[in-house]
Amino acid sequence: MYRSQKLALRYFIAAITLFGVMIAAGLLSALYYIDPALLYNVFDFQMAKILHIDTLIIWLLMGFIGAVYWFLPKELGREVVGIWVAELLFYVFCSAVAVVAVVFVVVQYGGSNEFSMWFINQGRKYVEAPRWAAVGVVAVVLTFVFNVTATAWQARRITGVLGVLILDLVPLAVLYLDAFPKITNMSHDLYWWWWLVHMWVEATWEVLIGCLMAWSLMELMGTSRRIVETWLYIEVMLVLGTGILGLGHHYFWIGTPQYWLSIGGFFSALEPLPLLGMVVHAVYDAGTHHMKTTNRPAFYWVLAEAFGNFIGAGVFGFMMTLPQINLYSHGTQWTVSHGHFAFWGAYACGVIAIMYLVLQRTRSAEHFDSRAWKWGFGLLNLGLVGMVGGLLIAGITQAIYERAEGGSTLQAFVAASEHPWFRSAMYARFIFGIVFALGYFALVYDLLAIGRRAAVAAPTQAAPA
Amino acid sequence: MLVVLAFLTIDSLDASRAGGRQVPDYDVINQHIGYTYDWSRRLEVPVIGPAEPLFGRTYSLQEASGLMSFGKLVIQSRACMDCHTFFGNGAYYGPDLTKAWLDPAWSQIWMPMTGSSTREAAMVAFLMHPDQYPTWTRRMPNLHLTRAEAQAVVAYLKWMSAIDTNGFPAHFGRIQAQN
Repeated sequence: MYRSQKLALRYFIAAITLFGVMIAAGLLSALYYIDPALLYNVFDFQMAKILHIDTLIIWLLMGFIGAVYWFLPKELGREVVGIWVAELLFYVFCSAVAVVAVVFVVVQYGGSNEFSMWFINQGRKYVEAPRWAAVGVVAVVLTFVFNVTATAWQARRITGVLGVLILDLVPLAVLYLDAFPKITNMSHDLYWWWWLVHMWVEATWEVLIGCLMAWSLMELMGTSRRIVETWLYIEVMLVLGTGILGLGHHYFWIGTPQYWLSIGGFFSALEPLPLLGMVVHAVYDAGTHHMKTTNRPAFYWVLAEAFGNFIGAGVFGFMMTLPQINLYSHGTQWTVSHGHFAFWGAYACGVIAIMYLVLQRTRSAEHFDSRAWKWGFGLLNLGLVGMVGGLLIAGITQAIYERAEGGSTLQAFVAASEHPWFRSAMYARFIFGIVFALGYFALVYDLLAIGRRAAVAAPTQAAPA
Repeated sequence: MLVVLAFLTIDSLDASRAGGRQVPDYDVINQHIGYTYDWSRRLEVPVIGPAEPLFGRTYSLQEASGLMSFGKLVIQSRACMDCHTFFGNGAYYGPDLTKAWLDPAWSQIWMPMTGSSTREAAMVAFLMHPDQYPTWTRRMPNLHLTRAEAQAVVAYLKWMSAIDTNGFPAHFGRIQAQN
């Protein structure tokens, strides 16, 4: 095994650990809606929320980085250039995440000064981490870009998937520089903030997961490089063709010109197309191979990724980004419903699939199956769909009673939040959150156990023959 | 697509700069602000009215700009966006703050509750000690704002309420008028 692949395993361990922290913080966030007096003035909603969404970003990012460090030496047939820097930065990255988490839990927020921005909390959603930590993230991402490009350069080899990946990593790194400024004008602040959030999540991350899924399908089902690369080019073209101006659906109401309603509405309506392409691709490949695979968990998680991405990001996104609907759905739990489904379908399922793919190789298990993965798969997806359903009902209640009827005043906000539909939906969200958490434990157990017993059992089965 | 986005960005940033065609300059805090239905655009728009000093004084553009810069720093340092939304962006535990300055609750609930004679005084009293003025089960935590910090946030919210948000939130002006 290459050193790069050992590093990938460390990234996966860190990612799955942070996934657990994300779930714990999410359950706590959900509890505040049921018991608002919980930890009042001690550890309030916003801190649990910050931990929930920041660990979401970090665990997925670690999963992506780990996946690339796994596939890269296989793709190029050599060790990754500058691997020692990557190894060093892994520990720096983990330490920085731990320090930031401790500061968020213990210090929480600071005074209204630059010191707070640099060392405590920047207070911009998703990029709350203080600037020193953001510098660390930039260093990790730049090292990652260097590792990938320098390895391709040294190997004197470039493949279609790798070329797309390298081109994608440049904007991925550059856009993160948007995590630093403090802009007085909220309209300008949000304008640039969406460049980071949207262009990461709905453009560069989509391309990145497309590359990772291409490598995964070649390994998982032996799909030919020609086919996966053709699909990848089509998907990238569609993502860039629809996603860049699809950014416009975030510019409907932030103080930007009215033409964004038409532009954003139109291109957002097209955004599901590349995701539909992924579904077609997955179904085509699965059908070609008659659903036969030596790695069922990875196979099913890939299918979950394709369908989850299309429904969660595509359909749910389309449902609420037409400006005529968004005027009422925007800024409600409807958005939260879409966000949960989209992140899960588009990215989390893909990262989990790759983890199973990697484990099959590290454990040299030909028969790579278990009962636990089915429990993990079932409970996680059931929990997620249940949470999404609950949040959708809560969001629709807000759209009707808070936005459309109440005019979004404080009284309207309270009236919608006290509505029985909203309250029962919040209980449902929490209960399904517990189901999701149980699925996480099944997943972790399975990731630790799968393939180990099969590897031992194989010789004894072979003996009588 | 990127070229189109670049051109649109140049125009959008110009339109949404303080003093641009969608966003008023910071010294708009010295004037009365309303929110009414515009029949030509078929949506609600802010209406800038006559002089209405904030905290009993009139701010120069430079003073107002400094106040806004400080107000934004307060908003970020206390992570307001992780409970509330601004223009619908943020978190959803607290109410949207896009037109918070215009909310009828200040005069109906908090002015009598805090014993304040003006909306801005009630807002400052609430922001400094939200735990002392509960109105609902979900209570805002005490984020230990000084008077200067609370005043800067109030000024920021007043300026924000004057931004043309293409009709978001809808019907807010109607409800406000009814009250």
